[in-house]
Amino acid sequence: MNKKAITAIAAVLALPMAAGAGPDDDTLVVNEEIEMVTKAAAPAHIADAVDEIMSGWHFRKDETQALQMDDFENPAMIFVDQALDAWNTVEGTEGKSCASCHDDVEESMKGVRAVYPKWSEAAGEVRTLNMQINDCRENHMGAEKWKYTGGKMSAMEALISVQSRGLPVNVAIDGPAQSAWEKGKEMYYTRTGQLELSCANCHEDNYGNMIRADHLSQGQINGFPVYRLKNTKLNTAHARFKGCVRDTRAETYKPGSADFVALELYVASRGNGLSVEAPSVRN
Amino acid sequence: MKLTSLTLALSLAGAAAMAGEVAPKAVQYGEYGEVSASLTGVAGDAASGAVIAGTKSKGNCVACHQVSALADVPFHGEIGPSLDGAGDRWSEEELRGLVANAKMTFEGTMMPAFYKVDGFIRPGDAYTGDAGAEPLPPILTAQEIEDVVAFLATLKEE
Ligand code: HEC
Ligand code: HEC
Repeated sequence: MNKKAITAIAAVLALPMAAGAGPDDDTLVVNEEIEMVTKAAAPAHIADAVDEIMSGWHFRKDETQALQMDDFENPAMIFVDQALDAWNTVEGTEGKSCASCHDDVEESMKGVRAVYPKWSEAAGEVRTLNMQINDCRENHMGAEKWKYTGGKMSAMEALISVQSRGLPVNVAIDGPAQSAWEKGKEMYYTRTGQLELSCANCHEDNYGNMIRADHLSQGQINGFPVYRLKNTKLNTAHARFKGCVRDTRAETYKPGSADFVALELYVASRGNGLSVEAPSVRN
Repeated sequence: MKLTSLTLALSLAGAAAMAGEVAPKAVQYGEYGEVSASLTGVAGDAASGAVIAGTKSKGNCVACHQVSALADVPFHGEIGPSLDGAGDRWSEEELRGLVANAKMTFEGTMMPAFYKVDGFIRPGDAYTGDAGAEPLPPILTAQEIEDVVAFLATLKEE
């Protein structure tokens, strides 16, 4: 390294820490009842890159954090209520609702979110929760599929995810899911677009740092779908991925594409051990 | 001049390099990533460079760097080193290389190349998310680079 590079590094070290830099040490308990694991030792498959995994909740301001601590305050819960109606509504040519096959959502969907995306033996592919929802609609209900990132879809995803709140994310990365996982990993480290930035540049190398006005988190998806104060709706992981890839001045991938399914599996696996937090609240 | 030919003249100026300008692919980087020759032959304007460095749709250098001289621009990032004193640490040639393509100085750096037009993975059409056809327009023009370099050269420690 030349002398100037050393000077440059010294200059960084000498910089006073900006207020609020780094993740905080707050504790997330929802409804004074569900204790969330928001920091955990990194799972073995990323331990060479990160020591500790952290929920995006730690990187948000106190006011935003508070909204997620009580369901009466959480603006996302209204969509969960709407999805509960949809759960019980008969639609399509088969005269069925979700409840016709799955009864009580609180019973049947407990633990489901925590293991998705997962390999579907029947379909011979890795499926996200949203893909599974549309498969039920098309093939079991004879109903139209929902737009992948749309309001009805993200609400149903939230309703199903709520049943796993507090349980550890635990997606399988081996066996038949392994090749999708490898592909997602490759995508995570590929520097795309005219800015030549990868997910890892921002969310692995720089979490805790400010990028302009944004406090970079680890880009975890244990809290998805996420209610954003910015657009006042639920946002799916694929919509978020799309925005992040676009911001590298790259051609994005399509929500629901095999590419983003692979990336979702990989990103979800980086959060193995964190609690399912959905629906969480972000700015 | 008629309006149509005026539009044509402007779009030609935008597309092709101006006479006497060094095109992105013709830039000569030295052993340490420095660029000796001015990209335009026209002296950079430090005041204009300061605006470019602080503007989101232009250099947006403050996204990653703290710069005391731009204290009136809100929100400075923490990704790269503070640029305070950059004019003491680096020569004009080195600064030109850093802004045009910092990867020639710092291998693998996260800092984007502002005067590079091809060789990208999934190149996009600016921030639309759509595909872009290489060669892409460089993020900054040759004269904008010269202006930013002139601004950086003014950043001295006390
Ligand atoms: C240029 C920087 C940058 C790059 C590159 C980038 N992101 Fe992001 N990402 C952000 C910012 C800024 C935010 C908002 C603050 C935060 O949560 O980090 C964000 C947020 C996220 C979130 C939401 C986290 C939460 O808790 O709400 C996810 C998930 C995410 N990014 C995933 C990705 C993935 C996957 C990639 C690569 C395909 C990627 N990002 C690439 C800057 C980036
Ligand atoms: C996405 C982040 C990012 C952006 C945007 C960015 N830089 Fe950098 N820059 C860096 C990083 C990181 C380094 C440190 C080099 C390294 O070791 O990788 C750096 C280093 C530098 C240096 C040498 C630092 C010193 O003082 O020794 C200069 C000068 C510089 N950048 C200028 C600029 C200018 C001017 C712009 C805008 C036109 C800009 N940068 C935009 C990330 C960025």
